[in-house]
Amino acid sequence: MRRKLLALAGFATGLFAGTFLYRRSSGRRRDRIDVYFADGSMVSFVDGSPEAERLLPVARQALAAARR
Amino acid sequence: MDAAQALADLTEISSQIEAAVLFDEGGAILGSTLSDAAGAEELVRAAGSLLAGAGEFRSGDAAVTQLEASTQDGSVFVVRDEGRSIVATTAADPTVGLVFYDLKSCLRGAAEEPEKPKRRRRAAPKSEEPAE
Repeated sequence: MRRKLLALAGFATGLFAGTFLYRRSSGRRRDRIDVYFADGSMVSFVDGSPEAERLLPVARQALAAARR
Repeated sequence: MDAAQALADLTEISSQIEAAVLFDEGGAILGSTLSDAAGAEELVRAAGSLLAGAGEFRSGDAAVTQLEASTQDGSVFVVRDEGRSIVATTAADPTVGLVFYDLKSCLRGAAEEPEKPKRRRRAAPKSEEPAE
């Protein structure tokens, strides 16, 4: 009986931890830059790409300047 | 409509926009919602850098018309149209399509010629009919 209870508690803890980690990772937005061109095309650079690494700091500076 | 009126309308209709600055191709500020002139200039410089930097990532000759830089702290939007541009900042997770729409409306509004006051026509002097 005690074994069963321990197994159930372990399963519930694992389920809770898994759900928490999944929700945290899927809920976190990644910084990115979406660029739209005159011909109707669009390209998105996510954080970590060389293009985003160049432009995101500029965007952060702009936000800081606007909120100063 | 002038730039100041267009920006006033923008901030009135869009609660998501925290700050916005209208500027021309040369980077001259046409209007700003920021009281701090240095902040507005820095925002315009950053917008110019974003437009120029984003343009370099394209091999074709299509120009950048608009961009959104989204960060955890907020978003920066830049929209360019016929020699004028607008840069705006919002809080994180804005309604992107709505913000772009409002910024384009603001640019169009700022480009409109202000209505000239209509002149009243003077009433033609009444001519007395010749007595027969």
